[in-house]
Amino acid sequence: MVTREDVEHVALLGRLELTEEEKEIYTRQLNDILGHFQALQRLDTGNIQPTAHVLPLKNVYREDWVGQHMPREDALANCPDRDENYFKVPKIV
Amino acid sequence: MTNYETVIGLEVHVELKTRSKIFCDSTTEFGGEPNTHVCPVCLGLPGVLPVVNKTVVEYAIRAALALNCQIAGFSKFDRKNYYYPDMPKNYQISQYDLPIAGHGYLDIDVNNEVRRIGITRLHMEEDTGKLVHQGTITTTPYSLVDYNRAGVPLVEIVSGPDLRSPEEARVYMEKLKTIIQYTGVSDCKMEEGSLRCDANISIRPVGNEQFGTKTEIKNLNSFKALYRALSYEVERQTGVLNKGGRIVQETRTWDEREGVTLPLRSKEYAHDYRYFPDPDLVPMIIDPEWVEDIRRSLPELPDARRERYMQEYGLPGYDAGILTSTKELADFFESCVSAYPNPKAVSNWMMGDLSRLLNAGGVELTACKIKPAQLASLLQLMDEGIISGRIAKTVFEEMFASGKDPGDIVKEKGLVQISDKSAIMAVVEDVLAKNPKSAADFRAGKERALGFLVGQVMKTTRGKANPELVDKLLKEKLLQEKL
Amino acid sequence: MEDRIAAYITRTREKALEQARAVDRQIRNGEKISPLAGIPVAVKDNICTDGILTTAASRMLAGFVPPYSATVVKRLEAAGATLPGKTNLDEFAMGSSTENSAFFTTRNPWDTGRVPGGSSGGSAAAVACGEAVCALGSDTGGSIRLPASFCGVIGFKPTYGAVSRYGLIAFASSLDQIGPFSRDVTDCALLLNAICGHDPLDSTSARFDVPDFTRFLVNDIRGMKIGVPEEYMAEGINSGVREVVVKAIALLESLGASVEYTNLPHTEYALSTYYLIAPAEASSNLARYDGVRYGFRAAKTSDVMDMFMKTRSQGFGAEVKRRIMLGTYALSAGYYDAYYLKALKVRTLIKEDFDRAFEKYDLLVSPVSPTTAFRCGEKTGDPLEMYLSDICTISLNLAGIPGMSIPCGFVEGMPVGLQLMGKHFDEGTLLRAAYTFEQNSDYHRAFPVL
Repeated sequence: MVTREDVEHVALLGRLELTEEEKEIYTRQLNDILGHFQALQRLDTGNIQPTAHVLPLKNVYREDWVGQHMPREDALANCPDRDENYFKVPKIV
Repeated sequence: MTNYETVIGLEVHVELKTRSKIFCDSTTEFGGEPNTHVCPVCLGLPGVLPVVNKTVVEYAIRAALALNCQIAGFSKFDRKNYYYPDMPKNYQISQYDLPIAGHGYLDIDVNNEVRRIGITRLHMEEDTGKLVHQGTITTTPYSLVDYNRAGVPLVEIVSGPDLRSPEEARVYMEKLKTIIQYTGVSDCKMEEGSLRCDANISIRPVGNEQFGTKTEIKNLNSFKALYRALSYEVERQTGVLNKGGRIVQETRTWDEREGVTLPLRSKEYAHDYRYFPDPDLVPMIIDPEWVEDIRRSLPELPDARRERYMQEYGLPGYDAGILTSTKELADFFESCVSAYPNPKAVSNWMMGDLSRLLNAGGVELTACKIKPAQLASLLQLMDEGIISGRIAKTVFEEMFASGKDPGDIVKEKGLVQISDKSAIMAVVEDVLAKNPKSAADFRAGKERALGFLVGQVMKTTRGKANPELVDKLLKEKLLQEKL
Repeated sequence: MEDRIAAYITRTREKALEQARAVDRQIRNGEKISPLAGIPVAVKDNICTDGILTTAASRMLAGFVPPYSATVVKRLEAAGATLPGKTNLDEFAMGSSTENSAFFTTRNPWDTGRVPGGSSGGSAAAVACGEAVCALGSDTGGSIRLPASFCGVIGFKPTYGAVSRYGLIAFASSLDQIGPFSRDVTDCALLLNAICGHDPLDSTSARFDVPDFTRFLVNDIRGMKIGVPEEYMAEGINSGVREVVVKAIALLESLGASVEYTNLPHTEYALSTYYLIAPAEASSNLARYDGVRYGFRAAKTSDVMDMFMKTRSQGFGAEVKRRIMLGTYALSAGYYDAYYLKALKVRTLIKEDFDRAFEKYDLLVSPVSPTTAFRCGEKTGDPLEMYLSDICTISLNLAGIPGMSIPCGFVEGMPVGLQLMGKHFDEGTLLRAAYTFEQNSDYHRAFPVL
């Protein structure tokens, strides 16, 4: 059972500001969806290994070489606010 | 009043000095104009993917082996999710339940007692960018972000809760730095942030098994700060408990200027890192042969080296400890001893004159102009009687300043010792003639007068006269005339 | 045409002309040109194109111009393909109808009152109405196959790891895969030739010998063993769709394949598994959209926390927020084991179902979707109802196997897609079956009348 408090907590973790109406809707919908997913709990998966990757890939590495850097203007080109060569953000606290 | 025992655990972050970052090919070089050491990957642009730098894994294993850790057969990267503007993806690629290494230890010497401190785990992760504030983080109207450091490889080394005093914590940290530097995987420059430390500290009544509530102290940017912050925190926590209060589990920051720890003003945003395996990266199956190759390539580590200096060179423990405190110092020492096999003499010069000049000039040994072979030949010149000990000190200072060979300096400045009996006798006679009172004093039994006369002879010869010969000739002459 | 279909977010006529002129020069100079030279291949707008707006159909990236190109885009350029534009999608590829685009809804060329399917609706529609010869899409749970089916074109989701994801704006990293849309199987094979292969920039990209896929364009499936999973033909499937699919299967059988009904017993758990894993990964992948480095930033914010909250609330649409909520919940303390870890374990069971089936069969076939294209707005009110559109496609992503949608008939004038499923890296068998089916049917020649 997902409570309104759960929804508020999860929204905070995901940095989403929800309106009262949205909290209402998401509480209901998450309950619907997760309620449907309860079926999973019926399955006994005690001895089953989780699959995080479908391919048996392992040990993929790159060599320690330095490549081309981006021109700084490219790095900053899309940023919403800048101060000379820095990304600018509102105060932290 | 209850007696309390202090319990400290340290989380140390070490930046690895690979050429490129952990997940992309941007440089790890320190400094650089803001936001120039970046690429789409370390800026976290939409669509980019990480690829692990193999040398990072190798360096992590290297550091772990030096700390007596066991290397995992299977390891993986996880995402640690939290929001902060210095973190390009708002998750940090780190390692959670299957770190590359753990179950290690290091031994520290405190008050001539060896204490074994556990290394719980060592894992790899990426560094964040840097925030620049106008003034302090609390007063700045806005902040600026530089992502040059984002993605620089780190290992985090977590100790067990085994440290029992701020002094032990400091010694542990110094020892850890020494060992890591020996392995060559990091510069461990605290001032550049390539060695950083957070501390967990709690106190408990002596005899209690159960840990007290801990606080986490951040911003410990020097050995001194570590020691002072922990000492302050011990006092603060003791004070709170003695007044019947409760320790609040919180993160505190060390205020260097005020000499206090302060709670970090975080608006209680529930911390839930939601670790999960990074789907963009694949598992690492660590080949035991690779680990053995790395083990074989490790240099002799400080403890073993110190022991050997005591056994092989017959050095006192104190000397051996200092000479092995950095790999550079120990390498210098050994290289010098191989050319001049009198370890105690070399040790004395290194711990005396060399270290004095380095400290006075604020020079690192690696930047020192004197090479080991040059110190050896200086000592040789003394042994051969070509220069006196006093002249040697002058020559050494000149070597330190110019990097010239001692033999050349001696030649250029005409500092060769005068051992010609007749030449010295002439000076002796002259000095005695000019100082009849001192001569009379000596003859009257005042031994101290001799020293003055020797000094006068040395002054006249600008220190070049063979001191033993001066002594001998003066005495001869004085006694002769007495007869 | 584009006025009525609205397939593109950005059109790049200049770029396409410039590329076409380069190909003309090559031809005039007598240079050898690749089969894709000069062919317009549209690209879904969640695939980064250097210097060309790439939005993922999100307000969050409304002005984002990437400073780099995805590996697939570089490969297409190297093959001489031209870029007519960037196609519409459900925001961050989250959806089954393209109605979740922050900008506009793309229409189905067969009936503009209906959705083209999603999330690669723009790509499917552009190919269906001839605005592009081919297109690239991305498929996380059916996002290529479903719109291909709804729009009556070919859509191919390759084996996970066969095509580089570098430059694909991530939705769910362990499920995402880029693949082609085309009007016939031959073009599909040519596009696979261009985009498949190992990429050192993608750690999950497989090292495998990429065959020349055109050598599977063989009109012969005699002896091919085909399985039909009963779970995919069960009651949830619209009866008209089922009839068309049964007929298509009969055609395959008549062409010499052996057909048997079989079972994938964990199919009923696929939807739940998918909708835990995909949102969990998405919640983390989408954390980077915070208004600091690129994209949208909310105005008038008091501090960084406030900026993060407002930027993300205003920048993301409802479905994206819903999935971030769901995924964050599934990963959060106390629920990780019950939801996320559980889902990863069930994923193993689903994958093992396929492993067992492929011990017996060369190919599995099913409908792509339980229905044909639904009407615009029909399912927007009920997310769970919308999620059910993916019921036949998501298992393939969970197992990482290749899947293909080929046109196999019509129900009330709307196209139906037949789904072909194969073993890891056995794209060839899918192409051979599809080519044989195509050579012996006319469905791919049908063209919507607009």
